[in-house]
Amino acid sequence: MDMTNLSELVGLLTPEISVSLFLVAIVIFDLIFNKDKKILPFIALAGVAVTLFFVVSQYGEIAEPIKSGMITVDKFGLYFKVLILISTVFVIFFTLSSDEIKASADRLGEYYTLMFGMMLGMFMLVTATDLILIYLSLELLSLSSYVLAGFTKLRSRSSEAALKYILYGAVSSGLMLFGISLIYGLTGSTNLYAINDYLLSSNGNVVILALASVMIFAGIGYKISAAPFHFWTPDVYEGAPITITAYLSVASKAAGFAMLVRILYIGYVSVSDATGHWTVIEAFDWQMLLIVISIFTMTLGNFTALWQDNLKRMLAYSSIAHAGYLLLGVLVLSNQGLIAVLIYFFFYMLMNLGAFYIVMLIANKTGSENINEYDGLGYTSPFLGVALTICLISLTGLPPTAGFIGKLYIFIALVDAKMIAVAVIALLNSVVSLYYYVRVLKHMFLTKATETTPVVKASSFEKIVLLALVIPILVFGVYFEPIINFAKNSLAGFGL
Amino acid sequence: MDGFPILSLLTFLPVLGMVIILFLKKEQEKEIKYTALIVTGLQVILAAILLGNYDYSMAGINDVNSFQFVEKFRWIEVTGLSWLGTLKVDYFMGVDGISVPMVLLTAIVSFIATISSWKIPKALKGYFALFLLLDTGMMGVFVSLDFFLFYVFWELMLLPMYFLIGIWGGPRKEYAAIKFFLYTLVGSVFMLLVMIGLYFSATETLADGTQAFTFNLLALMNQANYTATGILSPYNPENWRFVAYIALFVGFAIKVPMFPFHTWLPDAHVEAPTPISVILAGVLLKMGTYGLLRISYPIFPDVTRELMWGIALFGMINIVYGAFVALAQKDFKKLIAYSSVSHMGYVLLGMASLSSAGINGAVFQMFNHGTITAMLFLIVGVLYDRTHTRGLNDFGGLAATLPRYTGFVTVAFFAAIGLPSMSGFISEALVFVGAFGVETTRTLAMISTLGILLGAAYMLWTLQRVFFGKLNEKWADITDLDTRELIMFIPLTIIIIFLGVYPSFMLDIMSTSVNSLVEIVTTSFSNITVSGL
Repeated sequence: MDMTNLSELVGLLTPEISVSLFLVAIVIFDLIFNKDKKILPFIALAGVAVTLFFVVSQYGEIAEPIKSGMITVDKFGLYFKVLILISTVFVIFFTLSSDEIKASADRLGEYYTLMFGMMLGMFMLVTATDLILIYLSLELLSLSSYVLAGFTKLRSRSSEAALKYILYGAVSSGLMLFGISLIYGLTGSTNLYAINDYLLSSNGNVVILALASVMIFAGIGYKISAAPFHFWTPDVYEGAPITITAYLSVASKAAGFAMLVRILYIGYVSVSDATGHWTVIEAFDWQMLLIVISIFTMTLGNFTALWQDNLKRMLAYSSIAHAGYLLLGVLVLSNQGLIAVLIYFFFYMLMNLGAFYIVMLIANKTGSENINEYDGLGYTSPFLGVALTICLISLTGLPPTAGFIGKLYIFIALVDAKMIAVAVIALLNSVVSLYYYVRVLKHMFLTKATETTPVVKASSFEKIVLLALVIPILVFGVYFEPIINFAKNSLAGFGL
Repeated sequence: MDGFPILSLLTFLPVLGMVIILFLKKEQEKEIKYTALIVTGLQVILAAILLGNYDYSMAGINDVNSFQFVEKFRWIEVTGLSWLGTLKVDYFMGVDGISVPMVLLTAIVSFIATISSWKIPKALKGYFALFLLLDTGMMGVFVSLDFFLFYVFWELMLLPMYFLIGIWGGPRKEYAAIKFFLYTLVGSVFMLLVMIGLYFSATETLADGTQAFTFNLLALMNQANYTATGILSPYNPENWRFVAYIALFVGFAIKVPMFPFHTWLPDAHVEAPTPISVILAGVLLKMGTYGLLRISYPIFPDVTRELMWGIALFGMINIVYGAFVALAQKDFKKLIAYSSVSHMGYVLLGMASLSSAGINGAVFQMFNHGTITAMLFLIVGVLYDRTHTRGLNDFGGLAATLPRYTGFVTVAFFAAIGLPSMSGFISEALVFVGAFGVETTRTLAMISTLGILLGAAYMLWTLQRVFFGKLNEKWADITDLDTRELIMFIPLTIIIIFLGVYPSFMLDIMSTSVNSLVEIVTTSFSNITVSGL
């Protein structure tokens, strides 16, 4: 990489540079306004807005993917950046009304700094096409999230969460690094395109390739909480502050999926044919591996969620199950499946953030996420009750909500790939999921509030934030054309 | 009537009512009730206007030009998917002779159920909001001609129904509500798979000449539209049409409900409040058989012909089994619920014959069962309101204290038994004519006649236990029907007797379409072999 390319490279990295600058700005302002931290969220929001501007203008400018050394700037990555930015905005809003975070308000500077650290990690992750850079971004993301998971350090379960997160994270990233080194030894490169060229042209040692691939998948599986690398998820989601749980379950998972898609669709396939179906390289049949993992993930997530009384924990298992559905979109090896992944993530973001937000508002008042706290919520606070109902119905995947469209696209991709048996298993899984989602509805509407249940009233700010999540769920449930077009455009030229 | 979107109005008027109700205050109970009454009343008027302008000579079924009041707009269109062509979903509504009776039924039963809801004890606002949403879902199912739209309406009903049973129901309401929800969802996920499978199997020519996969039900009924390799295409030698038919059939059969998927029904009925039982039995069950006629029959006629004996067998089991179980009930409402299972069996039996008489009988029976069972559940509700018990052995001699009530009960019971001059007689007779006339279903039809005998037995026995004999002194003071209750019973009674003496009123509406359906189901998709298992 010589100096003439530098200006070009800077142009490609504007979103990342913007995130970094605002990260520094937050640190500086934190030092200046030592006493009053009220300004920090606004700097963070400004940072998101400026970055969004760069992302959107980049999205408009590039037609073909631009490969430059270790990164590839394409619309696929930018789509995920948009998703990450939108969820960051919401998580900042959530933070503003979170009592948990207010209790440690003097450390808000750290909070937003680390959040931007996570964001930078995710941005790099969705752009990187070199295993070394992928690994580094993954570490940046993980290190920031470890600290944030334990942000409310005085609460023991928060610290426990952070510790578990680090231990699992260390093991899986170690495995991944080992896998990367094996791949490098086998192919002589860490660049995904070069790896792909090698795998297509020569017959490497299949055993080593398989071993290395499984190890790399361990690192990814940890990030997207796919079974059997999911063990940290319920504990961390339960222990971390809800704002961070929401962020981990949406943004961090999105980045993980983007990384997975890049590694698989660039490294491990021969290019797609005219019908948009991809062919897996002969050396390593990761499709079968992913089918097993996906079915295992969703079944385990759904069945374990059935027994949870803590709503945060239940949503953690539900998000594991959703990772299973999303994997289906990846493993079908078709553009149809990739579109499904993209739109599913968009809708999943809305409904999952909405659900976590309401759980947070209730926990603010009651100090607990136990399902019994929701008794009679539909009567004491109809607004929250109805909003949570819409989010949960959407998570189940029933029309007329956006979640249905997401699921529909996953199943369209499966039927298109003639994986009927897998589709049947996934559909039966969504029936199982209905039971635990509806269980919350039962507590909200079918059970009477006891006198000790505190009445939760949402402020108008909270109502507006919630409406911004719930209204799109309903609108996209009946009019989903814009999102599909967005996803479709984002996929143009992917993997070329 | 050109260009007037009467079907959209019929479907979405209740949503408008729901929005109005949501803006009313909880305390404005009177306004809430009257909004619901006016909306459902308008629906009846619109349905009557629809009937008045309906051309009896047009068949519909698989021909868009002979559907009436058609509304068709592009709803979703994603162009330029190079690997898939255009993705499109239409907002496509229209009615033919099979849907018009169902539209009428939905409007009438919803109106009566609104009157019956007048004394709902709590949370009126939520109740009527959900009730109207349910109404939209039902009406939408009966007028949709695009599978996607159909599915959305089909699923739209689940949530309101869950809450209506779960919040306003009886002691075991939570169990009944979730059971209903889970059963129906299992059915509809299978339907979803078949829907996607069909989508990938047939194409439709768009206005600009390009080919696109389609959810359009009418396009899916045309064999020429199928692709060579589609998974449910008859041209594909390794197609899955047989499996898909079974999956779809199960989805609809759960709603009917057909043995052995019927176990949700008694629970749901016993726990649901009276008006919801009325809706459930009056309209919701018909969606299962309607779905079979609208989707399974014309899209999979090849498999239907193979399986007609099986459908008739399950019809027979429903009739006889339902009747036997009804005979053993000690709870009035459960008895009516099982009689529903039995009576829906006639619909299946008639449909299975694939004959003109049989299917005419089946559609007619759907309408008649809707009105008769609605009345039966109202009867149970009236008694329960006054006595708070439904035990069949807790009563006796009520005829002496409640003469008017007993009069309506007698009409409804005789209609359920199938006494001549009542509407139920005509439709059951047609069903048996159809089923006897076809070699395949003859034996089963003969066994099914046992159901008539048993039906008479449990109905008359109930009449005797509850209304005749020695008056149970406990109930000496209860009052006869008031005006509101008379308003519920009189229209239904008129319909039952009117259609009993003048059945052509309804049969004329449906016969053109039914004959066309019979033609399609017996002849189309014939030059192919069914495979898949």
